[in-house]
This record gives sequence, structure tokens and C-alpha cells, in this order.
Amino acid sequence: MSRLILYIVLAVFFTCCKGEQKVALDATDVFKSKGVEIPMYDFESLEPLLRINDGKTRVVNFWATWCKPCVAELPYFELINSRYPKDEVEVILISLDLPKHVETRLIPFLKKRKIKSKVILLDDPDSNNWIPKVSENWSGSIPATIIYKGNTSKFYERSFTYNDLENELKKML
Amino acid sequence: MKTLKILVGVALVIAISAFAIDKVSSPKIDGGYTIGDTATDFKLKNIDDSFISLADYKDAKGFIVIFTCNHCPYSVAYEDRIIDLDKKFKSKGYPVIAINPNNPKAYPDDSFDNMKVRAKDKGFTFPYLFDDGQKIYPQYGATKTPHVYVLEKSPEGNVVKYIGAIDNNYKDASSANEKYVEDAVNALLNGEKVPVETTRAIGCSIKA
Repeated sequence: MSRLILYIVLAVFFTCCKGEQKVALDATDVFKSKGVEIPMYDFESLEPLLRINDGKTRVVNFWATWCKPCVAELPYFELINSRYPKDEVEVILISLDLPKHVETRLIPFLKKRKIKSKVILLDDPDSNNWIPKVSENWSGSIPATIIYKGNTSKFYERSFTYNDLENELKKML
Repeated sequence: MKTLKILVGVALVIAISAFAIDKVSSPKIDGGYTIGDTATDFKLKNIDDSFISLADYKDAKGFIVIFTCNHCPYSVAYEDRIIDLDKKFKSKGYPVIAINPNNPKAYPDDSFDNMKVRAKDKGFTFPYLFDDGQKIYPQYGATKTPHVYVLEKSPEGNVVKYIGAIDNNYKDASSANEKYVEDAVNALLNGEKVPVETTRAIGCSIKA
């Protein structure tokens, strides 16, 4: 029995505490333009990004350049990204722009706004299939945000102010 | 022993309230319709400056109510398919009624004048109504464009039979292998149960 407990403790130790966990994602395509690289994923290849368990808190925001309330709150996510240490908090901006608009709209937008957070593209038309996998509570409107650390995760289908976003983040840290 | 009883009691209360909180936070969108609800009628201005209500359609068996708009790439991607739905089902008693729920102050592209232009350019075969004051969409619970409600006329009113997306591929109509709205309307026309009653899709947020 005590042997079993030892194995469990060791297993937990090796899975949760080995520091930076490498998660390799297979992009379906990579857009390169004006010095900006945007990898594109379908949901299956992107999903591991929502389940990384390395002690870091991740703020994952679903947005698009055509979504006005998303664009309005983007500076707050940028501020979080710049104010918190890289090994504690990572901001990931998942764009739902259409692939044909990446070079004409998304990349110029990112350049103009000098966006520093990690930006990736999710291109998966069968959204009825993957939306519930992000959250059972998501109707599909954006902006939508997940804040997660390990197995603790909170989902928000709404806009944020900076204070509001930071408060929610602090609850997770 | 008494303390133990209190502890068990407290634990029970916590467990129950945790469950209750979970129940409250489940997907119901702020007061919107669910399947089986009776949908409100309305009187909204059409692009030809007339006013349209569901009650005007004496011979309809039901309606395909679609909240859509000009500015949203997802709505634009579906325009041809919305026209096809109307052409296919209007004669069978299920006309498309499109409603623009957006506030033009937030989205100038979605002004009443721009609705007229877009409808003319695309050759809309259906009414394209303006939810002036944004009063109708919250009653339906629409959160985004496009957002479809299939209604079936009954003696009690127009009953909600389907809520969600048009099909399962916004990018390419020919790749869509689940045609949710078509399947729903065909089922209703055959007196059958709608096979998939709710779906979710990415769309442009109505609230700006």
C-alpha cells in the first residue's frame, strides 16, 4: 500500500513539477508577411494549448479584427502580457479572422497596434463541434476568454476592463 | 458527536449550494428562448420602408428568422445561402425573415440606408428588417450574427423549433455536410421531430 502511494507521489511529481513543459503543436499552415508569422491550426491541433500543465497561468482570448468589442479590450490583454513575468503568465490571442484576411487585415492590424502577445489563427469551420470543447457555456460569440492554470480553468463570454481582467487573473495566480 | 453532526450538516449545505451554483451558471443565455418557447411577434421596418410582422403571413406554416447584418464577415459568407433557403422554403410555407439587430452607432455599416444598399446589391428575396432600438434580439436571445431561429406556427403562437447556425461550414457551402436549418425545416414539413435542435457557431457579437 505504502509502495502504491510512493508511486502515485512520484507520478504526480514527474507530471506536474518538471518545470517548463514543451507542447508541440502541428500548425496546418504558417502565414508570413512583413516580418510577422502567424501559425494556423484546426481545433484538434490547437487543443493541447488549452491544457498545458506547467504551473504557468494562461490567459487565452478568442477575438478577431472585425469584432469591435474584442479590439476594444485588446490593449488590456497586452498590458497583462507586458506587466507579468513571462514564466508566470502567458497571454495567447486566438484570432478567428478568415484565413483569406490574414495578410490583408490581421497582420497589418498587429503591426499598426504593435501587438506583442502571441497571436495564432484558429481555422476550423465545424464550430458546433469544437465550441463546447472550449466551454459548455459558450454560445459562440466573441470576445471570449479562458484563464487557466493546471486543471483550474475559468471561462468568460464577455468583455473586460483592465481592472476586471487583472482581478480575474489574480484569482488564478 | 454534536460537533460532528454540525460538520456533516455544514458539508451537506456546501455540497448542495455548490451544485445549485453550477445549475444556475449553465448555458441559458440571458432570458433568450429555448426550444419549445413561443417567440414574440414584432413590427419592424423593412428596407422598402413598409412595416412587417409575422402575423402578416397568413399562409405561412412557420418562419426562418435570421439575425444577420452587413458588417460581419460570417454573415456575408452566408448571404448566398440565406437567399437559397428563402428560395427553397418560401413556397413551402417557411419564408426567411432577416433582422439586423445591430446599433448603427456602433456599426455604421449596419445603418438602415446601408441595409438597403446591401439588399439591392445581393438581390435579397426576403424582408430585411431593422431592429430599431435593439428591442427584439434580446427577447430571442440572439448573441451574434448570423443566428437563426426556426419557428413553427401553431394555434398558440410561433413555437421555437431550432436555434443556431445555418450549417457546419461557414467558409464553404459545398463542404458543409450538416445543413441544420434545411434539415429542421424539412423535418417540420414532414411532421417529424427536428433532428438537431440547437447548434453553436462563431459569429459577430451583437453587443458592441
